Amino acid sequence: MSPIVKILLFMFSCVLTNNYIFSRFLGVCPFLGVSGKVETAFGMGLAVTFVMSLASLFTYFVYYYVLVQLGLEYLSTIAFILVIASLVQVVEMFLKKASPSLYGALGIYLPLITTNCAVLGVTLLNITETYNLLYSVLNGAFGALGFMLAIVLMAGVRERLESAKIPAPFKGFPISLIIAGLMSIAFMGFSNMFAGVM
Amino acid sequence: MATFLKILYAVAALGGLGILFGIVLGFVGKKFAVKVDERVQAVRAAVAGANCGACGYAGCDAFAEAVVKGEADPAGCTPGGSKSAKEIAAIMGVDAKDTEPMVARVRCQGTCENVSPRYDYSGIQSCRAASSMSGGPSACEFGCVGLGDCVARCPFGAISIVDGVATIDEDKCTGCGVCVETCPRGIINLLPRDQTVVVMCRNKAIGRIARLQCKTACVGCKRCEKQCPSDSIHVIDGVAIIDETTCTRCGACIQVCPMHCIINFYERGDMVNEAEA
Repeated sequence: MSPIVKILLFMFSCVLTNNYIFSRFLGVCPFLGVSGKVETAFGMGLAVTFVMSLASLFTYFVYYYVLVQLGLEYLSTIAFILVIASLVQVVEMFLKKASPSLYGALGIYLPLITTNCAVLGVTLLNITETYNLLYSVLNGAFGALGFMLAIVLMAGVRERLESAKIPAPFKGFPISLIIAGLMSIAFMGFSNMFAGVM
Repeated sequence: MATFLKILYAVAALGGLGILFGIVLGFVGKKFAVKVDERVQAVRAAVAGANCGACGYAGCDAFAEAVVKGEADPAGCTPGGSKSAKEIAAIMGVDAKDTEPMVARVRCQGTCENVSPRYDYSGIQSCRAASSMSGGPSACEFGCVGLGDCVARCPFGAISIVDGVATIDEDKCTGCGVCVETCPRGIINLLPRDQTVVVMCRNKAIGRIARLQCKTACVGCKRCEKQCPSDSIHVIDGVAIIDETTCTRCGACIQVCPMHCIINFYERGDMVNEAEA
């Protein structure tokens, strides 16, 4: 198989098969917290994409050129958190300047990207799966796009729910959690999709 | 020695990374610095800064922005009082109106001694929940429930429950009015700080029933109304109420009230003793 096809397949598998929310159950907090409106969900997705891609890039260098050289691989988690926290700070300052309305809409969930386990999950998985630099960044970027897909889909469904007739006990979060579960089951259909070719 | 080196490496590596990221963040922070109107910061410094929300905006920052935009009244910060109103007016270049300092007062003397309970309440410890249970656990369905919804909401820690009735520390109270909204019974009112003569009851029941409910209930006898030299106290809806714009604080009503439910706030020592005196 040519390397380009391999990379394309890898990208698809990041978005669909190994979706961080529906298959690995990472990053569920912002998935439920910011999926009220499609616009904010999209903004959140963009912010997470930015942080995840850059985090994958930087943590690759931090791990292989600093930690491995010094024999400090066991510090990877805390070092990665440092990288992610700094990146989130950068994103926050940038958004405050560039788009105050999105900054206001994301609210507390923006600094909470720091503790979004999907971001830390990507960077740590890059190491355990021994991806090279290209694959690490692709994993970050397309994993985040998968996150964005999930959160935007969820926001779409929840916007429709606003006008739907829901029995009182299911209103609000209960129905959201049920939907999240159903979507997760739907995404199970993608599992092993590329197993034969990869 | 080897262990020591390992520790040193770990500290140096993380410390170095931290410093590196810090420097980068510093640069980015400078580059993306958002220019804030100086007046917003000046106004923000002039308000009381308790984030109490009494102005109707989401915190002091939002209020400061609204003032600079011209949406909010410069005197809108009640806790800051006339001091901050003047400062803000000076920043914004408008004339300051003198605002009367307000204070929240609990119009109830329904202490454990004065009001007996009707039933034992063991539900959610909240006045709002308790008062929805067939008129509340105490005999008087107008008075203080004493479960402290206002205590929990007060941003200045000025309220405490003393002997079953909310009591406001007037030194701490800034008159923000959060408790006024919170009280399910509506017995906390914002009054001018110098309005020292206060009718301490909101019981609208007819005299005979009010008397049964509480030892110091207003029975609506109208003696105060007849005694008042400035015609500023009236029994409306079965309960006496003072018009603070005309009241001269002479205290004639205090003398004649048979139920001792009108008091002078600054002469009040212990609530219960005053009521029984």
